[in-house]
Amino acid sequence: MTTEAITAQTGGSDASGGGPRDTSGIPGRRPFRFGKWFLATGWRHMVGVIITAFALLPLLFVFSASLNPRGTLTGSNALFSEIGLDSYVRILTDPQVPYATWFGNTLIIAGITSIATVFLGALAAYSFSRMRFTGRRFGLITIVVIQMFPQLLAVVAIFLLMSWIGDLFPAIGLNTRIGLIMVYLGGALGVNTYLMYGFFNTVPASIDEAAKIDGAGHARIFFTMILRLAAPILAVVALLSFITSVNEFVVASVLLIDTDQQTLAVGLTKLVSNPRYADWSAFSAGAVMAALPVVALFLFLQKYIVSGLTAGSVK
Amino acid sequence: MTTTTDEGVDGAKRASGAPPKKPTKRQRQAAGIADAASGGLGLMLVKIVSLGLVDAIALYALFVLVVNDEWLIAAIVAVVAIFVNWVYFSRKRLPAKYLTPGVIFLVIFQIFVLIYTSYVGFTNYGTGHNGSKEQAVGALMSAALDRVPDSPTYPVAVVDRLGELSLVVTGPNGGVFIGGEERPLEPASGAQMENGVAVGVDGYTTLSFQEIVARTDEITELAVPFSDDPNEGALRTPDGRSAYQYTSSLEYDEAAGTMTNLDTGVVYTDIGTGAFTSDAGDELLPGWQITVGFDNYLKALTDTRLSGPLAYVTTWTFAFAAISVASTFFLGLFLAIVFNDMRMRGRKLYRTVLILPYAVPSFLSALVWAGMMNESFGFINQVLLGGASVPWLTDPVMAKVSVLLVNLWLGFPYMFLVCTGALQSIPDEVVEAATVDGARPWGIFRLIKLPLLLVTVAPLLIASFAFNFNNFNIIYMLTNGGPRDTGAPIPVGYTDILITMVYKVAFTGQTRDYGLASAYSILIFIVVAVISIIAFRRTKALEELN
Repeated sequence: MTTEAITAQTGGSDASGGGPRDTSGIPGRRPFRFGKWFLATGWRHMVGVIITAFALLPLLFVFSASLNPRGTLTGSNALFSEIGLDSYVRILTDPQVPYATWFGNTLIIAGITSIATVFLGALAAYSFSRMRFTGRRFGLITIVVIQMFPQLLAVVAIFLLMSWIGDLFPAIGLNTRIGLIMVYLGGALGVNTYLMYGFFNTVPASIDEAAKIDGAGHARIFFTMILRLAAPILAVVALLSFITSVNEFVVASVLLIDTDQQTLAVGLTKLVSNPRYADWSAFSAGAVMAALPVVALFLFLQKYIVSGLTAGSVK
Repeated sequence: MTTTTDEGVDGAKRASGAPPKKPTKRQRQAAGIADAASGGLGLMLVKIVSLGLVDAIALYALFVLVVNDEWLIAAIVAVVAIFVNWVYFSRKRLPAKYLTPGVIFLVIFQIFVLIYTSYVGFTNYGTGHNGSKEQAVGALMSAALDRVPDSPTYPVAVVDRLGELSLVVTGPNGGVFIGGEERPLEPASGAQMENGVAVGVDGYTTLSFQEIVARTDEITELAVPFSDDPNEGALRTPDGRSAYQYTSSLEYDEAAGTMTNLDTGVVYTDIGTGAFTSDAGDELLPGWQITVGFDNYLKALTDTRLSGPLAYVTTWTFAFAAISVASTFFLGLFLAIVFNDMRMRGRKLYRTVLILPYAVPSFLSALVWAGMMNESFGFINQVLLGGASVPWLTDPVMAKVSVLLVNLWLGFPYMFLVCTGALQSIPDEVVEAATVDGARPWGIFRLIKLPLLLVTVAPLLIASFAFNFNNFNIIYMLTNGGPRDTGAPIPVGYTDILITMVYKVAFTGQTRDYGLASAYSILIFIVVAVISIIAFRRTKALEELN
């Protein structure tokens, strides 16, 4: 691999010059033939470069726009022509745009939702995986089927329900973060539970039995053993649930009315609803700041996410 | 549970009888964790405290519900609270202990709202029809209130209880009355008098001058009915000190169910459509909520102005979901094959770069693409195409292409990751055996790898289809459904999919039609459910549940 790569670097440019043929006699250093290299892996790099450009272009654009001190969309077109942090300052200090509040709301709502989703889902997955009871199969199938009715289809009913609750219990009704979190938790038993159920099944039941012999109760087995052994899948589910909540727009936009109760998805969307007049650089700065933590988390947990995704597909 | 206990006993016997074996790593790990897991008292304490919290909340909720006369809901809350206590204090009911918390949320926010959606689909709920008939009568009458020209002046005090304002009124013969919004005047007991005028009532807080000033809007809006008969009018106070009698220019005849406009003499009758309607067909709005049976469904499917948009939106929704799944899958698969070559360097780097579009929250990427695709100022037209003016988002056909392109960008990394995983799980021996048998690479791919891959990826493709079928964010953020179809009576556009149409019918535009939106929701649910069930049957995914 390494020697081939070195020759690829040195020989790639003058492959047609016939230089590599001179080194063919040296043992352990195979001749570099551009045609052969291209057929084997070179064309793959060509595809790679094209797809990398496709994947990165919008990200480069928004990053460059966020560094642009001028606010307009047209002004953002010359990539990295001007660099400054003015737009970051602008969006963080503009009294009309409570960006920090939105950010905080998003973190609170998505954070609590993802932790609670993992907890509720893991509880259910544990009982489905370890216990045999009437209605178990029905329950599992219900969970799969109920997912086909996404909450956003019921947004009218959710709105009416939450405004009724808000009349009686203003603290958890319409226009509250707790209310939104509760609505999101309606989906706690869902595909996530199914994913965790599959993972729990791979944890040998003999571990439970050993613990039982040692006198551990079911609660202790669940909290101190199963949850620890299943930590990778819990992390993946938590992250996916977090991202889903960060992205969620419909229910959040209907339930959260006051500007300072809203999330980033609702607030930033309204901010650029007319790109022609919007402060595009400020939006880009907001977008970069909003995306960075999620992207960092994603790259950090990359290995687990990939295995989690494929665990859903590969038996 | 008994069966597992038996197994445990057997296991113990076996363990004691058999010669001691060196424990595996897993076993050692388990033993360590089990040892560390002491402290049953702590768990017990947590359990008692959380149950106490639940009960306290339930009691508070019961109190509020009973005060507001919500008896049915109060009963349900009581039953659920008792059930929860029973489950957690019982030594058995183990599965219920683990399922109850999630199921409560599932029942309220998934199952109940589904049932409620189908109910709303049978009503005329929406702008102008969002209350009961009594509320509509009250709203109509108070909207038409006029001050009686020679009304006497009633000295009043504004009082507050639990944030709700009431008026304390001193009558002409010294009697003291109290009343509030939707609470007709009644004799007040325990009045505090000052110079023959009531200034407060026991149990209420009288507002100070500053408070009156601070809540001026609320106070001037306040209309206290004289009696249960709405025709007698109401008291209103412009300054928080003196009130005048206001009567409505509408007269309500409860027995006949008619509203008469005293100024014009037009009679509006309740003809069963949820609003008082004159002979000429004019409706007095607000009306009230009634059940209309299948009217919303019939309207959605047969009203030509609505069924046209519904047809093309449905077609586009299917096309959008299918093309999105196909395009992301094939690009992802292609890339997985390209990068799944051991000889290639930098595969890890490529994979990291290709994850990025998947890692960025999709609402942000869609908004960024919307900016880049702007016809006159966007990056694509201005820079990449050197000042061209391609109508990426404003032409009906181009907008659809753009939506698909952006969704390809958003979705291919996921398929790439999934396909890579699936490809790597295909054993090398299978491929080797085929090579030995003389199969060519294309044949190996088409006849061996692809079928094996599809077995594992098919459920994800179905899930992806279902996801894209309701992929609200990309449509709403990128085109907002536009370009708008100006001919349709609902705010619908050429790239709207069903779910964005529902959102627009329910929550945007001048008239909100919750009933129609809910009917659409139910129609969509039926379509998605039928497709998913057929697809799952085909892939037998559900049959693998044991």
